[in-house]
Amino acid sequence: MFADYTTSELMSIFAMQGFSGLILFSVFVLMALGLAIIFGQMGVINMAHGEFMILGAYVTYLTSNVFSEYMPALFGGYFFVAMILAFIAAGALGMLVEWAMIRHLYHRPLDTLLATWGLSLILQQLYRTIFGAREVGVTLPDWLMGSVQITDIIEVPINGIFVMTLAVGISVLIAALMYRSRWGIQVRSVVQNRPMAGAVGINTARVDRLTFGLGCGIAGVAGSAFTMIGSTGPTSGQLYIVDTFLVVVFGGAASLLGTIASAFTISQAQSTMEFFLSGSMAKVLTLLFVVFILMLRPQGLFSLKVRR
Amino acid sequence: MGTLDNAPLVDLGGRLPSLMKGLAAAVAGVTLAFSAAVSAAPATSEVNTTDLAVTDDTVTVGILHSVTGTMAISETGSVQAEKLAIEQINAMGGVLGRQIEYVQEDGASDWPTFAEKSRKLLLQDKVASVFGCWTSASRKAVLPVFEQYNGMLYYPTFYEGLEQSPNVIYTGQEATQQILAGIDWVVKEKGAKTFYLLGSDYIWPRTSNKIARKHIEKLGLKVVGEDYYPLGHTQFNSVINKFKLKKPDVIFASVVGGSNVAFYKQLNAAGIDMTKEKPLVLTISVTEDEILGIGGENIVGAYASMKYFQSLTNSNNVEFVKAFKKRWGDDIVIGDVTQAAYLGPWLWKAAVEKAGSFDVDKVRAASPDIELTTAPEGYVKVHPNHHLWSKTRIGNAKLDGQYEIVYETDELIEPNPFPEGYQ
Repeated sequence: MFADYTTSELMSIFAMQGFSGLILFSVFVLMALGLAIIFGQMGVINMAHGEFMILGAYVTYLTSNVFSEYMPALFGGYFFVAMILAFIAAGALGMLVEWAMIRHLYHRPLDTLLATWGLSLILQQLYRTIFGAREVGVTLPDWLMGSVQITDIIEVPINGIFVMTLAVGISVLIAALMYRSRWGIQVRSVVQNRPMAGAVGINTARVDRLTFGLGCGIAGVAGSAFTMIGSTGPTSGQLYIVDTFLVVVFGGAASLLGTIASAFTISQAQSTMEFFLSGSMAKVLTLLFVVFILMLRPQGLFSLKVRR
Repeated sequence: MGTLDNAPLVDLGGRLPSLMKGLAAAVAGVTLAFSAAVSAAPATSEVNTTDLAVTDDTVTVGILHSVTGTMAISETGSVQAEKLAIEQINAMGGVLGRQIEYVQEDGASDWPTFAEKSRKLLLQDKVASVFGCWTSASRKAVLPVFEQYNGMLYYPTFYEGLEQSPNVIYTGQEATQQILAGIDWVVKEKGAKTFYLLGSDYIWPRTSNKIARKHIEKLGLKVVGEDYYPLGHTQFNSVINKFKLKKPDVIFASVVGGSNVAFYKQLNAAGIDMTKEKPLVLTISVTEDEILGIGGENIVGAYASMKYFQSLTNSNNVEFVKAFKKRWGDDIVIGDVTQAAYLGPWLWKAAVEKAGSFDVDKVRAASPDIELTTAPEGYVKVHPNHHLWSKTRIGNAKLDGQYEIVYETDELIEPNPFPEGYQ
């Protein structure tokens, strides 16, 4: 199949294909980080993860409208404001949900699946009522559009670079929070042994609420970033939920490093196969590959070594 | 559908209507004297011999679309168009002297729900006709119900063809009406030689691309790639790289739903400037409705092959757009399917008046060759195969989310749901 192309064309294509794999990787990492905290650390199966992402997307849409209406001069910078607002909005909603619903279910983790699924339906209908059933178009500032031309064939989309930078930035931030801060130690101890953590003076209820809020907030930021590459509608969150769980489960639920490794493996596998096969076949093979690995290693790629 | 399935219903049907008919006749007899004096409307007993929900001054129809769930995005416009048409018909005096009332049901983007609701509309509400469905899956789900209970469905969406039911009038285009003229145009006007076919992975894109491929190969030209992505797929960088490698003259796209938005955003971000037409993008799935979500700046320069664009300048359409905006708000846009949905109630009205009756069998018999000179798309005519004769038009997407019409076929294109040599 390569006979028709020159070596330099082939090299360029491999470079670009590698790059689109990296963009897919960043997208997966952004999607999965929030869930890795909520599902991985807290054990809550949050089916409404996609809806928290879409909340972030709608906040971005509103922010862009406000900026173009009242501050057109500053429009180029609205995206940063939007991401911060998306974090705050999704995080606040997350803490509210944790207080109203999730905290009653910590000892029944499977029930969180049903409860959050119901929540996702409620949120979808809420978005539909407020913003209408149709998708909304989010206008991007000019500097985020277009691509950087590197050689004749190699072109790198600017928003891809932006998503990659964001993914790396947030991963580093979360890793530092979880493994280098006092709060991270509290989170991990609450997850490992709730009564004991409470006994040594950790306010477990507060830690839970903040952790859940943080996970939802990151989902909001991801949703905000995805307005650059995807659709914003009441049910758009559903497009992401399966891939998100796939990445987190495959990586080994309790490990952040596992999430990143799994995002990398899945994205590269899918991106490479998409190039050689049709899109649907690539998806089928990726899922088969994940099923096969999970049969060999039910705990996922990485798992915590703890004494049970 | 065997006769066995029907047996208990025939039994039920035998007893109930006779009772009802007796009642109806008695009522009609009493009111006949009054109504004859008041209006020239024909007597109910004459125009309704099959026990439909028709009274002396009203007739009930059904609207069946998804207003919740994933399909609500697309179906909202159709509901608005059908309601507008019904209101306009009522303002003109209704059908056979009767005002149209509607029962609206929600298919909730769930195909069994569509079947259930259509059964309810036909059996319980006894509607004279139904305007509804959007996806082929929902149409296939209600089809047995309409055929079993002899209802009449006006279906608005452009679709893959390969179907012709006595109980459905297809007001959208079947695949050949949308595709063939579009491909002929890019070949003739743009000198296209190579094509890349891309679609979402379900029946409509696959059938459409099959027809497109046969047609391209008949013209002696080449398909350099064909790709399908699952519904809801959001990452198109790999296929965009394939475009760059294979350098097709035309990307023929039938991606739908949320994937659509992702595809055009990423195509634009990857540095493919569609206004340069290298490659040229020809889509059969993006109407003005979809551009709302995609954003005009992400699709400017692409071409779409449809039968209707909001920017049509004929006087019918100017009136229609004005009325639509007055009814549903100024910032609304009207896509191909919305217009096709608007035709439904008008075609039904014309058929009922030609038949002089609301009876489904008589309406069906009257339907072929019904003409509509007031259609926003211009002039349409019902073919004996229940599809519409209509023109194919090519629009070029503009920054403001509207299409500029660059070409329309001279003649109406004959609908051909079972195209020979394209299967």
